[in-house]
Amino acid sequence: MKLKINARTSEYIAKGFIWGAAMSVMIVLVAIIVYILVKGLPVINFSFLTTNPYNMGRSGGIASTIVGTIYITVVAIIIAVPFGIGTAFYLAEYTQENIITRIIRFSAESLAGIPSIIYGLFGYIFFVMYMGMGWSILAGGLTLAFMILPTIIRTSEEAIRAVPHIYREVSFSLGGTKWQTIIKTVFPSAIQGIVNGIILSIGRCIAETAAVIFTAGSVLSMPGSLFDSTRTMAVHFYILASEGISMDNAYGTAALLIIIIFLINVIVNALVNRFISKSK
Amino acid sequence: MKKFKENLSGRIFLLFALSSISALALITVFIVVRGIPIISDVGIMDFVFGMNWAPTEGEYGIFPMIVGTVAVSLGAGLIGVPIGLCCSIFLSEFAPPFITTVFRPAIQLLAGIPSVVYGFWGLIFIVPLIRDYLGGPGLSILAASIILAIMILPTVVSISEVSLLALPRQYKEGALALGLTHWQTIRCVMLPAAKSGIVAAVILGIGRAIGETMAVIMIVGNAVAMPESILDPVRTLTTNIGIEMGYATGIHQEALFATGIILFVVIMILNATAQYITRKKSG
Amino acid sequence: MSENNIKIEIKNFSFYYGQKQVIHDLNLKIHKNEIMSFFGPANGGVTTLLRSLNRLFELNHNTRSEGDILIDGESIFDPDASVTELRRKVGMVFEIPTPLPLSIFDNVAYGPRLNKKKSKDEINEVVEQAIKQAALWDDVSDRLRAPAMSLSGGQQQRLCIARVLALKPEVIILDRACSGLDPISTAKIEESLTKLKKQFTIVIAPHNVQQAMRISDRAAFMLMGYLVEAGADIFTHPQDQRTDDYITGRFG
Repeated sequence: MKLKINARTSEYIAKGFIWGAAMSVMIVLVAIIVYILVKGLPVINFSFLTTNPYNMGRSGGIASTIVGTIYITVVAIIIAVPFGIGTAFYLAEYTQENIITRIIRFSAESLAGIPSIIYGLFGYIFFVMYMGMGWSILAGGLTLAFMILPTIIRTSEEAIRAVPHIYREVSFSLGGTKWQTIIKTVFPSAIQGIVNGIILSIGRCIAETAAVIFTAGSVLSMPGSLFDSTRTMAVHFYILASEGISMDNAYGTAALLIIIIFLINVIVNALVNRFISKSK
Repeated sequence: MKKFKENLSGRIFLLFALSSISALALITVFIVVRGIPIISDVGIMDFVFGMNWAPTEGEYGIFPMIVGTVAVSLGAGLIGVPIGLCCSIFLSEFAPPFITTVFRPAIQLLAGIPSVVYGFWGLIFIVPLIRDYLGGPGLSILAASIILAIMILPTVVSISEVSLLALPRQYKEGALALGLTHWQTIRCVMLPAAKSGIVAAVILGIGRAIGETMAVIMIVGNAVAMPESILDPVRTLTTNIGIEMGYATGIHQEALFATGIILFVVIMILNATAQYITRKKSG
Repeated sequence: MSENNIKIEIKNFSFYYGQKQVIHDLNLKIHKNEIMSFFGPANGGVTTLLRSLNRLFELNHNTRSEGDILIDGESIFDPDASVTELRRKVGMVFEIPTPLPLSIFDNVAYGPRLNKKKSKDEINEVVEQAIKQAALWDDVSDRLRAPAMSLSGGQQQRLCIARVLALKPEVIILDRACSGLDPISTAKIEESLTKLKKQFTIVIAPHNVQQAMRISDRAAFMLMGYLVEAGADIFTHPQDQRTDDYITGRFG
């Protein structure tokens, strides 16, 4: 009898603890987001988004940093996506497990765990110095491409492996070649998962600071070409906040970042849900 | 002709794959080449265990930063891992569906928020709290640990949740059929069965804490000294790079790359361990 | 049956998964325009044999075959022979309905479109004809663009037959193609098969002995990778005790 009571008590305690932990995480998340939004949303208006910062960012808007962020993200995605998807198809479709796939997968997973500051160091020494790109959108974008490559490889490989094997058998049995099977059957079925990975990577590019600050620099003027230095929104926020230049503009930038990240998450979830309901 | 095209597509995919691996090789080579000279000049023991970091005077000892890194990420693990585990048990076992549909995206959102925002929030919220109620400068190991604990949650939660959900239903049903309570089932059957996934989650989470830079810079104080309590400011390996990279040149810069090598090696060991654990389970 | 009536000739055929031999030295001739059944208990090697006929087993790693299979007197393992041509010639319907996540029309058009030389009109014609042959036209003619997944199980399986017919194959393989279907759908498919055998050679793994009895012209009993016996009167006059025992349900 005594044992039964203990079991029940510990059940209640454990349950209470787990609920408590989960709820406090929610509260912290809400606290962070609400705080930034309450302080930052009033700052955001049309002119904040469309005028360039001046006086170190003390006044004006953040237009050039938005443009810089977009440029860098686009460069990173354009470079990383074909390599990431190509690698994923190689891993999922072209080999059985062997020493080469093991090396590739180990590399991809190791790349995924490397801190972004290491990417920053690498981008600085390789792209900025060795390749002579200087602090530039190109160097920053390429560095981020290296950084998001493992994410794209992993999400794409998972999406490709999730395509039922029977689809491939059907395509082959209808006289399809390997290439036709991949293009006409596997790729369309996996595209949703692949796109999710890409969108997540876009989010990582936008949010990244350490890897871009040493590779793209922090010039505030509107970038004219890929070889110009630029300052992304995240870097701009960091400099404004840590050097105490303008708290208002810092909050505004942070609020905009959070809104963008939130939208990206909403899009990914909508895609995933549509995918799940479609496959049901 | 068709056969040629078939082989060609395979070759192209292989080429992509090989380029992706060479990315890792490239990163390793460039960081190592740049950082090794100073390590061999100073000597690996003096570099790793040296107590003084004074680049202008030619002193390159990073031991206080190693201690700082260990302290901060251990703290993050102590706070973040139990909470993260609770969240993953909550998600996989207790949460009603309508809460799951909010909670899971919320955890994802947590992963997407820029690290500088966390750092800033820590600076505004956590640091004053610590300063006012616990004393010290506020910028401290504790502040960084708390913020990092939040930042590693998504990693810990998602990986351990996946390993809990991957358990065969029979485990749970069998245990419940034997008359165990829900919590006993989780504690005695499910958690042990999902152990390797959970351990991997913890290792990868700690790895994230070790590697985080910008958020930590803003709240850890960055003083190069041996900490005496968790309320003292420290400097970590990453923040050392982050702070000084902007102006370092010559040998000083090499010393930062050497710091990077140490960081790189630690992270690679952690990753390899996590991969080994998960692989051993599935293989 | 004269020699030139032979469509498929299986000669000393053995098959291995790794070290494990799953088909032992099998010899058999399959005639044109007949329905040939392969039946027997699980792990008898039937599925493996059927998947050898169009070399689909090559998708599995670590497999090996010995002996030969000839179609129209030509070896399907000839290194110069095109495996995609072979698979067009030998169409396959799987155990479970396997519509691709495409529309009804696109599923049937999948095979013809792989051959790029066809015009739109030709494809339309091929698709319509194939769906009619599979006795599915009345069910789907007004919603060809609807997703194939929206069809019922029986309709999906007939769609898969139509998809094979659109290849204009010579041989059709059905691997337990009715096992998940209700009796009405099964009857419809069996009915179309008896019509189709006038144009094609049909090799089928029935899902039970009764189906084998109903539709086969000849049948072959396979046990543990060995062909026990084959013939037109295997059900009425089994030569081997094991065949008799299996048919009468003494084991299975």
